[in-house]
Amino acid sequence: MNAYEHSVSLEFERCTGCTTCLKHCPTEAIRIHNGRAEINPHRCIDCGVCIRICPHQAKKATCSKLDAVMKYKWKVALPAPALYGQFEGLDDIDYVLQGLLDIGFDDVVEVAQAAELVSAYTRLYLKNESVTKPIISSACPVVLRLISLRYPTLKDHIMQLLPPVEIAAKMAREKTKREHPELSDEDICICFISPCPAKVSYIKNGFGSYQSQVDEVVSVSDVYFSLLNVMKRGKAPAPISRSGMVGISWATSGGEASAIFNDKYLAADGIENVNRVLDQLENGNISSLEFIELNACPGGCVGGVMAMENPFVAKARLQTLRRYLPVSQTYLDKKQQKEYIPEGFFFEEFPTYRPIQRLSENFGESLRMMAQIQALREQLPGIDCGACGAPSCRAFAEDVVRGNASRDGCIVERARQRTEQEEQHDSQ
Amino acid sequence: MTEAVRFHFSVDGDDFSSAGQASVQVKKSLRQLGISPETIRRVSVAMYEGEINMVIHAGGGYADVLVFEDHIEIQLVDQGPGIADIELAMQEGFSTAPDNIRSLGFGAGMGLPNMKRYTDSMEIESKLGEGTKITMRVNL
Repeated sequence: MNAYEHSVSLEFERCTGCTTCLKHCPTEAIRIHNGRAEINPHRCIDCGVCIRICPHQAKKATCSKLDAVMKYKWKVALPAPALYGQFEGLDDIDYVLQGLLDIGFDDVVEVAQAAELVSAYTRLYLKNESVTKPIISSACPVVLRLISLRYPTLKDHIMQLLPPVEIAAKMAREKTKREHPELSDEDICICFISPCPAKVSYIKNGFGSYQSQVDEVVSVSDVYFSLLNVMKRGKAPAPISRSGMVGISWATSGGEASAIFNDKYLAADGIENVNRVLDQLENGNISSLEFIELNACPGGCVGGVMAMENPFVAKARLQTLRRYLPVSQTYLDKKQQKEYIPEGFFFEEFPTYRPIQRLSENFGESLRMMAQIQALREQLPGIDCGACGAPSCRAFAEDVVRGNASRDGCIVERARQRTEQEEQHDSQ
Repeated sequence: MTEAVRFHFSVDGDDFSSAGQASVQVKKSLRQLGISPETIRRVSVAMYEGEINMVIHAGGGYADVLVFEDHIEIQLVDQGPGIADIELAMQEGFSTAPDNIRSLGFGAGMGLPNMKRYTDSMEIESKLGEGTKITMRVNL
């Protein structure tokens, strides 16, 4: 298996070895080693929590730069709906889309427009008796990776529809080839403007056997400043936008779920809440729901670490923006509603389960190691200080038994031993 | 043969909001042992139902999960009121849960039947006024 390419990484010089990221990483992927954080690529789900939390800005998301994208002959921008929430006082989405053309893109296909199509097909999908309910949204790449690593029994619940950005990419490529048959594949760059580092990883690595149709990803924050310059000019934009309320609402938690148009849904955001919902679903204790929307970021995609604005401010702006928009500008005609979803909207297979937490390939050996871990935990101070470089005493015990850490790494224990020695020395 | 690894949980009967925590914990540990996802699901569902039962009916208790090389044993021990008629309690849909619990979506009378369904064997020992001990086994 090829190594999974991550977009979240460490900026070595900036890291002070403080334990902030260590404590917040939801998959315990981080250890502090020799005074710097290290991310275990097998455990990392690119959720971006460490980027959000690091007080020294030592974690970063790697994606393409706008300049590099501009070298292509024909560039199509796919703005995420979260982009629209970044601008103070914006009252018309067309200013943003016109801005994208003005900074050098040759065409724009809104992800929000594709999202409305995905919503329409989701409503059809839910009518299919053979799908396993509740359906879990396939839109958040962090959630998909989390399920493949930790909740393998839930994989049948995942909706097999491609996420909006992929549908937008297909639409963009078809449109370009139709309107500009003279262009070759190498001339075309389908560029997603993303608030989300996990989307970068997803696009680079594919999903199961599915290969992404997106060529490059740039961050919302990168495009933001370029857009600010051109959007100031005040000329009337061309009427480009094809998004309605549904499409724009996908940027915030609950937006996708509410577009199933019934009340049998749940929407949870923030990685801890996502875990709680998945745990409860795995226990079979969420009944009578049809749809579950899960977003790893607080507030939904507007909370992505490659966005600029505070997610709650962005959400408030989106509420204003969508107020006088039609519910949806993309919907299925009567004939399409009678037919089922076209093949091109599905992904084929879910990535295979990788039991990353497993102690050993051999079950007897795993049992023996687990007994050692338990014994070691009893001896450790249990204050989870993180000074050893592991997020908790339990994780440290695991690292020691796995052979990844030295037993004398616990400084609390060392200090205690020294005090005892000194006391002994004094009493002699 | 290697000695069994034991995971011990105290189930707090006073705090209904924390019910279900032990089954989440045990799931994590079983994953580390490399137990198959389907088996983990069976154990955690059986555990979960048992935990909920202990909180609703018995004011809490203890849950122990013992992992042997060829099977997993789940022991649930409480000092609650005991089960008057085990055969009746095992019937699907039979429940003595109070209304406030039902309003939360529990008390559907599926707890014990689910525990039996998800495990390979289940034994109930119960004495009125003294408590209940349930032992379940899931083969590996």
